[in-house]
Formats: sequence, C-alpha cells, structure tokens
Amino acid sequence: MAYSEKVIDHYQNPRNVGSMDKTAKDVGTGIVGAPECGDVMKLQIQVDEKTGIVKDAKFKTFGCGSAIASSSLATEWLRGRSIDEALSIKNTDIVQELALPPVKIHCSVLAEDAIKAAIADYQKKQNNGNGSK
Amino acid sequence: MRLPIYMDNHATTPLDPRVLEAMMPYLTDKFGNAASRNHSFGWEAEEAAEKGRKQIADLIGATPKEIVFTSGATESDNIALKGAAEMYAEKGNHIITTTIEHKAILDSASWLEQRNIEVTYLPVGPDGLINLEQLERAMTDRTILVSVMAANNEIGTVQPIREIGALTRKRGILFHTDAVQAAGKIRLDVDEMQIDIMSLSGHKIYGPKGIGALYVRRRNPRVRLTPVVHGGGHERGMRSGTLNVPGIVGFGKACEICAGEMESENARLRALRDRLKNRIMGQLDEVYVNGSMEHRLPNNLNISFAYVEGESLMMGMKDIAVSSGSACTSASLEPSYVLKALGVGEELAHSSIRFGLGRFNTEEEVDYVAAQVVENVKRLRELSPLYEMAKEGVDVKSMNWSHK
Repeated sequence: MAYSEKVIDHYQNPRNVGSMDKTAKDVGTGIVGAPECGDVMKLQIQVDEKTGIVKDAKFKTFGCGSAIASSSLATEWLRGRSIDEALSIKNTDIVQELALPPVKIHCSVLAEDAIKAAIADYQKKQNNGNGSK
Repeated sequence: MRLPIYMDNHATTPLDPRVLEAMMPYLTDKFGNAASRNHSFGWEAEEAAEKGRKQIADLIGATPKEIVFTSGATESDNIALKGAAEMYAEKGNHIITTTIEHKAILDSASWLEQRNIEVTYLPVGPDGLINLEQLERAMTDRTILVSVMAANNEIGTVQPIREIGALTRKRGILFHTDAVQAAGKIRLDVDEMQIDIMSLSGHKIYGPKGIGALYVRRRNPRVRLTPVVHGGGHERGMRSGTLNVPGIVGFGKACEICAGEMESENARLRALRDRLKNRIMGQLDEVYVNGSMEHRLPNNLNISFAYVEGESLMMGMKDIAVSSGSACTSASLEPSYVLKALGVGEELAHSSIRFGLGRFNTEEEVDYVAAQVVENVKRLRELSPLYEMAKEGVDVKSMNWSHK
C-alpha cells in the first residue's frame, strides 16, 4: 500500500499516544472496532467542565497504518475544540487530510465513530453526575 | 548488507545469475521457433527446449515426454482440474481437494462446481495437515481426481504426499499435486510418491516468470487431459502455443541447480529460519507459529504477533520485504483463508507475518530482520489498546465488541 507522506508521518510519530483514567468524570472514552476485523481504536478526551473545551486527547490503536494515522490525527484535531466542534469532525475530513485510498476509508469512519463514542461517554458521565446531585 | 532485504521468497524469487547466463543466448541470437522443423534456428531452439524439459523431468523423477510447458502454475492447475474433469466425465464427477489450496485450484474447483462437478474440500488440522482417514472416507466410485498441494504457500506445511499417492493409486483415482512451493526445496519423485499430475513454476525456484509446467503421467496409468488452450497442437495437444524457449532454458537450469544443491541449501535455510524464529521468540511474548514446524519447508516461518496488526508491522519494517495474512494487505478485506482454515482466530490471522527465506539471504540479514521485528512489535504494542487490556487482565476475546 502506497501511503501519503502524512499517513507515514503519523505512523512514525504518532501524536498523543496514551491512556487517561477512564473512571474520571471529566474523561470520555470511546472504544470502537473489533480485533477480528483487524481494527480497534481507543480514543479518550478530557474536557474542561467549565468551558466545555477538550483539554486533552489520547489514543491507542490496533490496526493498519492508516487506522493509526486516522486516530492520531483525530486527537490533534480534538484538542482545543468545544464538544459541538468536535462532533462536527467528519470522516471525509480525515480522508482528505491524509489522502486515504478508497480501501482505507473505513479507518476514517472508525475514527469518527471513536470521537462520537468518547463524547457520548463523557456526556453520559456528566448527565449521571447532575442527576445524582 | 544491502537494503531493502527480500524475505518474501514464497511470492517469487530473484533470478539466479547462472539461470540468466543460460537464458541470454536465447533472448538474443538464438531466437528460433522450436516448432520450425526445417532450418537451424528452429533446430537449436528445439534442442534447447528439450534439454530444459529433461532438466525439469529429472528434478521430479519423471521422463521428459511427461512434461507439458505452460505459462505458469496457475495455468497448470487450471489444466489439471478442468482437463481431468472433462476427460473423465464418464467415469465420475467428483473431485477432492483441500481448503488451503492456492486460489488457482480453489477458483478452478468452484468454476467446475457450477458445471455439475461435486467438490469435497478436506479440512486441515491446526498443524495445517489433512487427515488421511478423512481423505479415504471422502473417496467414492465417482471420484476422478484428488488434488492436494505438496507444500502450502503461506505456512509452508508439507502434506503426506506419499501416503496420499498410495491411497489414490489403490482406488484408481488420479492424484494431482500443486508442487509450486515444494519442488526444488524438498525431494519429490513422481514414481515413488505415485503422483499422476503435478504443477510446477519457474519463478519460485530462481527461474524466470512466465514459464511453468505440468507433469502428466504417461504410463501406469496413462493420464489424458482435455486441453484448455487450443491451437497448433504443441505439447502433445495438451497445451498449444509457441514454446517460450528462453523461459524453458531458464526453468531447466533453475531445476538443475536446485537438484544439485538441495541438500546443502536445505540445511543452510533451516539453520537461518530457526535462527530467525529463536531470536524473535526469545525476545517477545505472545508470539505464535502457525502450522506444523515438523512437516514444513525449511525456508518458511509464519508467525502471529498478538495485539499487533500485520500491515502496520510491515509498514514499520520498511527495509524488509515480507508478507502478511492481514486483511489490510488483501483486496478482499478478509484475513488469510489458510490461517482461518487452521483454526487461527481472526485477530491472530490479522497479526501474522510470513517470512520466506531464500538462496540469497544471509545470517546478517536474518539478524537484522529479527531485530527489526522485535523493535517494531514492541513499539506497536505500546500503541495497542488490546495489549494494554491484556496486561490489565481483561480477556480481550470476551469483550462485547462493536462490529462494523
């Protein structure tokens, strides 16, 4: 597979690799994909509860080079965005930025799913927290 | 040591310089058509083709007249299956093969299934080998052909060819073997092993691409195959078309070299392969060899690296040419059907790497490859959420994954 320079750069120098405390209230975790499909992405966001801005984002990915690159790029884009802005990230933006070939589009779809799952997890925690007060 | 390192010798092999040297005259001055019977250009081409035919026959214990030239093993496999099904239609309509054959066999078989041929696909065990009792039970009075590969192209496992030959001969069923990976690497003898039809390829044994052969037994029993390619009646009518004389010369020379060096080269390759395996497995946990180590080509190693996806691993080893059973390396987005047939879980099929050592690999290269593998697997495991979960004690298999 001939990859773009950007995919290779993200693969060789992945941004924001790591894990955050998934039980923390200000952290949202999204795990998508399946090992038997060859792709699993774990994407986490830490949100400033006052401003609603994503302070930090981390990922770990099992998958091909473009899956790693898509999730690495997603963490870069998430940092500093509001939840609404984060939700507006589309897989097609990732495809365009990384110049993914057609057979790799599913990697970008997975990254978008991971973003949405992380945000949903964060919002669920927030709602549960409010409910208990 | 020169980079990149080629360690994908099941896909193809480089041309041996001795082979190229033998071919050169037939790519330049000696350009005649071997079928031209009335001038010296034709005679010298024919003589060269016949010499190549003998060299190929000698490698497998056949006679030159039993060698039919083709464009490659895919064509040979097609002729073997389709030609036998057509020729022996009156005798029966049942073929037995295995689930781990090359696509040239599997796709020919499924084409025949659409034309009222029944095909039994024998499963293989975790070792990659068929069960002989299962084979015997699958044979019926309507069975015309058993086609079992000698050695597998992904995992290098070597089937019990001699035993299969004994079973098929006893029942009067023809035995075809796709020996593309095995020929020139392990000893094959069509009489001793009671093989009736065999597919061979030039470019897997340091010969040129675009030339293959089909061994077709002429005596006890005399095998006849309906041609797939029709025309001028070359190759006893079984495969028309002007002979690829430079290809044949190269293929013949490649066979001669393999026959002469087989014993010493096997020992060398086995030592290199085992060195690679020991270096990798000594430094990494959760690494699994796919298929039997005992019944295996000396140059093959197929390993799954748990929690690391195969394509991303190959991407990290950019100076090394190997291949993977990962879906991401195939057009179908399905992981290796061979590994699945062995019962290797899909997640480990995605994590597999095939190392195919060859004549021109050195110990220095093996050490470099092993170091690269270890470094990249470690790096990618740090990136892998599955490795993290496994280390935390989460049973990755029991998780409720969101399927795409």
